[in-house]
Amino acid sequence: MADASMSGSLAMTGPRGAKPKRALNPRNIMLYGILLLVCLYYILPLWVMIMTSLKGMPEVRLGNIFAPPVEITFEPWVKAWATACTGLNCDGLSRGFWNSVIITVPSVILSIIIASVNGYALINWKFKGSEVFFTILIFGSFIPYQIMLYPIVILLREAGLYGTLWGLVLVHTIFGMPILTLLFRNYFSSIPEELFKAARVDGAGFWGIYFRIMLPMSLPIFVVALILQVTGIWNDFLFGVVYTKPDLYPMTVQLNNIVNSVQGVKEYNVNMAATLLTGMVPLVVYFVSGKLFVRGIAAGAVKG
Amino acid sequence: MGNSIEVKDLTLNFGSVSVLKNMNLDVQEGEFVVLLGPSGCGKSTLLNCLAGLLDITDGQIWIKGKNVTWSEPSERGIGMVFQSYALYPQMTVRGNLSFGLKNAKVPQPEIDKRIARAAEILQIQPLLDRKPAALSGGQRQRVAIGRALVRDVDVFLFDEPLSNLDAKLRSELRVEIKRLHNQLGNTMVYVTHDQIEALTLADRIAVMKGGVIQQLAGPQEIYNRPSNLFVAGFIGSPSMNFLPGKTVDGGKALVFGDQRIDLAGYDGGTVLERDQAILGVRPEHITVSASAPAGPSIPAVVEIDENLGADSLLWLKAGAKDICVRVPVEGRLPAGTKVHLGLDIAKASLFDTKTEQRI
Repeated sequence: MADASMSGSLAMTGPRGAKPKRALNPRNIMLYGILLLVCLYYILPLWVMIMTSLKGMPEVRLGNIFAPPVEITFEPWVKAWATACTGLNCDGLSRGFWNSVIITVPSVILSIIIASVNGYALINWKFKGSEVFFTILIFGSFIPYQIMLYPIVILLREAGLYGTLWGLVLVHTIFGMPILTLLFRNYFSSIPEELFKAARVDGAGFWGIYFRIMLPMSLPIFVVALILQVTGIWNDFLFGVVYTKPDLYPMTVQLNNIVNSVQGVKEYNVNMAATLLTGMVPLVVYFVSGKLFVRGIAAGAVKG
Repeated sequence: MGNSIEVKDLTLNFGSVSVLKNMNLDVQEGEFVVLLGPSGCGKSTLLNCLAGLLDITDGQIWIKGKNVTWSEPSERGIGMVFQSYALYPQMTVRGNLSFGLKNAKVPQPEIDKRIARAAEILQIQPLLDRKPAALSGGQRQRVAIGRALVRDVDVFLFDEPLSNLDAKLRSELRVEIKRLHNQLGNTMVYVTHDQIEALTLADRIAVMKGGVIQQLAGPQEIYNRPSNLFVAGFIGSPSMNFLPGKTVDGGKALVFGDQRIDLAGYDGGTVLERDQAILGVRPEHITVSASAPAGPSIPAVVEIDENLGADSLLWLKAGAKDICVRVPVEGRLPAGTKVHLGLDIAKASLFDTKTEQRI
């Protein structure tokens, strides 16, 4: 007993518990210093854009692009949204915004529905030639879009869809298919096969298993697909300008036309505001679902 | 008592690979049959074919007198328990148990009744409203068994149900499955690579290799009279000792090295004279003594002594051949001891080296 307490008290004199950490050691200074620099580098353009968009034209002409506005004005934003001119139309970005919404929403929903069923069928209901089918589908994602621009123009013309929003929706849905199918297929392949077998023994069919077993387990990958598609389709310029006509231009094309229209003075503040407005939707989607996004990417990447 | 499951000339090919070859298997009603074999022998594949989860290439499958060869899994009157439990993670235990019944449009009062019964048999009543993630491995496997139970079917298929559990739980659930079988009297087909499970649970064991059933017989028969070298080596731990040699004197004795082993009392067919034969003796059918015993024996030298607690394994060298003997703990001997090994010929097996079949 005495011995034990002796050694116990001896031990208490030395270091005990968690090892203290110094916050300001050379390693941390280097690490956070560099991180801070990189952050600044990336945030700077955004800063310039926001500041410029809040200035009046006289203040913009002074040339201090980094300085915050002396007199804050939201007029450039209003103008960019509602009255900026592109050619004959003078209703700003608002028209393009609604066009983009009408294009993006059905394209995203359609492509995700079809691709998820594709991926599910390719993994769990293998049919004769399913591997070949998948290979061909994936091959599609390696072909540059530009090659297919003109053939698709002809196809859409023959189908009577050229120059309509639905034509563009169709194009987006098809072009989203390879990567989305791959994404869903890999995710579903990480769901244990025995679960699928158990459901079959339990009498669930193709759709029963899809809706009641697979879907509830696949929220993360649906979020990933949603983000990929919303940002991809929203930011698309090429298809928008090729397959629609001026009345139906999506927001990105509208933005380009506003920024590049050369009549009178270049209104940098309006251009900045217009650009920020256009980038708003993907930005909001990222911030809202950022957490799920990372989790979903990781979840899909584990296998396949 | 008719046949519960009949497999007739079942063949399954994956592309050019033949997985199951012209297989025939009859399972009596209420019988517990274990499919046993090493990895890749086709035992799980056969079970999946029975369940209807794999399309077969040729042959027929009959369950309860009905040809189910082309039936959907849910129409075959089977319940299946998987190695990884395969519980639906987003549903509660109750949801898991009722999923199949709801698909079959069983009325709700009946569902409640069957769940209550299954929960009572498996003692999972307190768990019914939990999600699978909140259950331990043993509890999950109980629920998985429950999911087969509520289907109220005649045939249970088990696909290595205990392989994911630790040793203690495994032996507990093994006893429980045996009890369940006694209580319900269902036909059960059970796939495992664990011979202890096979020997303890089975009414009959089908030992498989390369997509072919090597021997189908009761556990004792398989253990005592293995039909070929593969079965003899696969069943039993440590494995049977094989003494290669040739039979002489019209099959009255085997010459092993420079030793003559008298085969009087061998329980099998006529031995005849063969240039090459193998005598198989299990480690527990060999006795160790300091001087040559009365019966057939060979001299050997102790190499290693392994203490297993209940008994002990002696590894010896007889000429160039390694031999293992199971002895009581008090029979342990230091390395280098020279001894005589008495062979119990009545319990030994003799194999033809070329055909690998038991003589």
